[in-house]
Formats: sequence, structure tokens, C-alpha cells
Amino acid sequence: MPTDVTTENVEKVIYDGLVELGTERDELSREATLEDLDIDSLDLVELAQIVEDEFGVELKGDDVKDVKTVGEVIDLVVSKSS
Amino acid sequence: MARPEGCALVTGSSRGIGAATAIALAADGWPVRVNYRSDEQGAREVAEKIEAAGGSATVVQGDVADPAAVKALLEPGEDGPVLCLVNNAGLRLDGLSPQIEDDQWQRVIDVNLTATFRATREALKPMLRARYGRIVNVSSVVGLHANAGQANYAASKAGVIGFTKTVAVEVARRGVTVNAVAPGLIETALTEEIVGGELEKAIPARRVGTPEEAAACIRFLASEEASYVTGTTLTVDGGLSA
Repeated sequence: MPTDVTTENVEKVIYDGLVELGTERDELSREATLEDLDIDSLDLVELAQIVEDEFGVELKGDDVKDVKTVGEVIDLVVSKSS
Repeated sequence: MARPEGCALVTGSSRGIGAATAIALAADGWPVRVNYRSDEQGAREVAEKIEAAGGSATVVQGDVADPAAVKALLEPGEDGPVLCLVNNAGLRLDGLSPQIEDDQWQRVIDVNLTATFRATREALKPMLRARYGRIVNVSSVVGLHANAGQANYAASKAGVIGFTKTVAVEVARRGVTVNAVAPGLIETALTEEIVGGELEKAIPARRVGTPEEAAACIRFLASEEASYVTGTTLTVDGGLSA
């Protein structure tokens, strides 16, 4: 069963995912930019996969091409599920 | 990096190069999904050979031209995620280009090229997560050198090579390799009407290749030892394109 898409749940999954991709946990915040965290396009593909596995929400290339911050990724997942 | 738990999928492996490849990969320890479209008997025989040799095989039906079937073929199962994908299923519908019908063109592109893309896209998901993957796409010397009467086939196989190179560089930093093999004249159902003809005399080795000889190249590219080989096309053609 997919996890409920609440902002809190999404934030946890995104944060854990970013740590798995090599980001230091103390660098994480909603305002942190993906560029500053050294998250590249392939990392975003993986993050999208983590989100899909966890919540059943599919993020396509067009959806994520303009996101800049961690908060925007979280909001995008929440908005895509509603 | 040691190979994580997972399986190999060889599309179109009920006969020919695909069958020989499934058997070779099983010998390397991969649990193998033996895929067929219509030749269930052939696929079962391949699986039996694998099991008789102490390997593990699952027979899976699915037409790679069908997007839903491709998705299903790549679903993680009891044998784990697909961490080795051989895009082998292919067909040829020959004719001189002024006489190739739209459906002859499209069918060849769909099976040989588009299915390779769709299966690769699906396979990359677990491979990227596992930081390990082997993708081998079966192209053809006809994708590298002209062969009158096969414009649709040539376009699809040249497309496979271009696709292979680009995907290889996209995912190289995740431990996933993507390569192609370009067989020449190999003795399979796809070539039975041309084997023994004038073309054979043009082959420096003066003979057609066997499916096992093509499979040996695929086996190498799929091996752990080939971890630094990516984006390349290995020809296996008895010197035809040298």
C-alpha cells in the first residue's frame, strides 16, 4: 500500500532520499537548492523513482525540470497527488 | 562492485541468438527470464536446457511491441529486479526502400528500436537504485554498413547504436553499462534464406557465425569483468565489416 501523501510524510521520504543520494542531513531544509546540494538531473530521476515507489505518485521529466529547491519538490509531490 | 541479487531478461529468447544468450547468462549465474512472443515450445526447451545445466529460468510470454507487455516483463519478481537486460527481440521485413510500406517500416522500428527504448527505460529504474546494471542491445552490422533491401532494418539497428551510446553516458556514473553487439550473418531463423548464398563468400571467415558465437560477446558485455566497457558496439561478423 502506498504511504499517505501528507506534507510531513513527503518531507521525510524526500529528505531520506536526498541523504541516500549523498547529501548531508544537516544541509537539508525546504529552502536548500538542489544545485547547492549537488543534486543533478540523474539524482532527480532517482528521487522521482523513490517517490513513485513510496507514494505511487509519478513525477515526469517535465514536472521536475523547473524545480529549484527541496521545498518545491515536496510541494510538487503533494500537489500531484491531489 | 559485486553483483547484487537480480535476474537477467533476454527478450526474444526462444531461439537463435536470444536462446544462446539466455543459456550463456544462466551459466554465469543469472536467473534468466526466457521471453517469447509466439514460440512457447522453443522457450520451454531453452528453460529446460538451463535447468538441466543447474541454472534457473522462468518462461515469460510477451510481445515487446506492446508497451504494457514490456512493463510486465520488467516487473520485479521472485527472481528479483532485472539487473541484466538483453534487448534481442527483432524482426526484418525487407524490401527496396521505394517499396517499403508504412506498416513494414513501423513494425520494424517498433520491435527493433522502440521496444529497446521502452525496456531500457523500465530496466534503468532498479538498476540506478542498485548502482549496478548491464544492458546489451542487439544491433546488426547492417546498422553500421549499407545492405540494399533493408532500409527499415538498417534504420532501426543504427538507431539502436545511437541510443546505446547516449544512454551509456547518461548512466555510467551509476555503475550501469549499456553496450551493443552488431552481429553479421549468424545462422538463425532470421537469416535462413540468405545463408549459403553469395554473401557468405564475402565474409573473410568464409562461413556464417553461430548463435553461440554472438552470445559469447553478449555474455562478456553482461559480465562483471566488463565493468569499464560502456557505450561501445562489438561486432561479431567473421571480419565482414573490418
